[in-house]
Amino acid sequence: MRERLAIAYEEIAPGREAVLRAMGRGAAKSPPDPRVADALDEALGRMAERAASQGVWLEVTSEQFRGIYEGRGENEAASPLAMIFPRSAHLALFAVTVGKAVSREIDRLFERGDFVVGAMLDAAASEAAEHAASRTEKDFRDALQRRARLQPSTCFLRYSPGYCGWHISGQEALFAHLQPEDIGVTLTESFLMEPLKSISGVIVGGPRRIHEFDNDYAFCRQCQTAECRQRIRSLRRAGG
Amino acid sequence: MEILQHISEQLQKGEDGDVRRLTQSAVDQEITAQKILRDGLIAGMTVVGERFRDHEIFLPDVLLAAKAMTGGLEVLQPHMIGGRVPSIGKVVLGTVKGDLHDIGKNLVGIMLQGAGYEVIDLGHDVAPERFLEAAREQGAAVIGMSALLTTTMPAMRRVVDLLAEADLKGDVRTIIGGAPVSQDFADEIGADAYAYDAAHAVEQVKALTRRTP
Repeated sequence: MRERLAIAYEEIAPGREAVLRAMGRGAAKSPPDPRVADALDEALGRMAERAASQGVWLEVTSEQFRGIYEGRGENEAASPLAMIFPRSAHLALFAVTVGKAVSREIDRLFERGDFVVGAMLDAAASEAAEHAASRTEKDFRDALQRRARLQPSTCFLRYSPGYCGWHISGQEALFAHLQPEDIGVTLTESFLMEPLKSISGVIVGGPRRIHEFDNDYAFCRQCQTAECRQRIRSLRRAGG
Repeated sequence: MEILQHISEQLQKGEDGDVRRLTQSAVDQEITAQKILRDGLIAGMTVVGERFRDHEIFLPDVLLAAKAMTGGLEVLQPHMIGGRVPSIGKVVLGTVKGDLHDIGKNLVGIMLQGAGYEVIDLGHDVAPERFLEAAREQGAAVIGMSALLTTTMPAMRRVVDLLAEADLKGDVRTIIGGAPVSQDFADEIGADAYAYDAAHAVEQVKALTRRTP
């Protein structure tokens, strides 16, 4: 099953604090400088005017995904996803974008020397793309629910090529199956998505325990975010 | 001089209008443009870079200061010899071939300009040969390369190799940065420096240009 969705701006609108955090502001103790607040307002206004978010997902079997995951054979010898997907109950490839106009506006702002608004818009667009991915994940979950195929305890997490041992060249096989060109997302020779503010990957659904892993892989030493810990914790908090 | 101290302070606060006004006052007082640049604008931006490095301020504060710096430079420009702002060195900057991520590289460029360097920004998707060509044409002391994809990192090695082949490795130093890049990778490919963020990049470029004969 394949679904394509247009996503309303209200569903991906980035939060003010989230954008400021992405720009390095610690826990907010006081309101930001009025000039920073103004720049943020302006960036969010430009974002609202230009965002044209779309998403697509395609349900795949574990066997189909095995071939997609293997791609060109450049993945790490061991990776969390290689352990997780064979034990999953549901898998869907996905891609989302916030559209070309936002990326063009970021470039334009930097070109004219409006660094503050440009950087704010860049951070806001990244945040919005994550929200679009969450919205697309929800659409897949809802579709499973409608078909009465969803166990109440099923937990979902997303994984993307270029992270956690899944080589970026995995984009090639993912795009060949998903064909997200109809939502305006294409792949460059170096496996970079255009527009830049796009996300692709696989949505994995199953019991919470399949998502749990220790971050002691060789590539974890290079990781500067350790976001996987937060994602796994969020499943525990959600009671999955 | 008190006015230069004021320029520095207002620049640190990102007060664009005040920096322009004070810079014009300093010009009117016949303080040389070079002195205003060095002891007012660059001095202020140096403090901003240090405070950013020490996590006392966050990125938008740096960008506001950079905008104020640009305003001051615009006032100074007509008073510079040949209308050119003198630099303490030239840096060729770009995101490597196959990569379109610009933001990190742009921030490095802004910080380097604030520190007094002339930045030749080649943009993104820059071929290895183009880095070399620009460094030669401009007489740059440093080539800065950014990559956000593991697939585009080999292009950094290619630039370092091209410099070695052209016997320029001692004259033009290289610095690399970007999410997948590390000091280990810099060592592996023979790059002269690695920077983990924009403020660190300025410190590293300063160290490289001090070492350049």
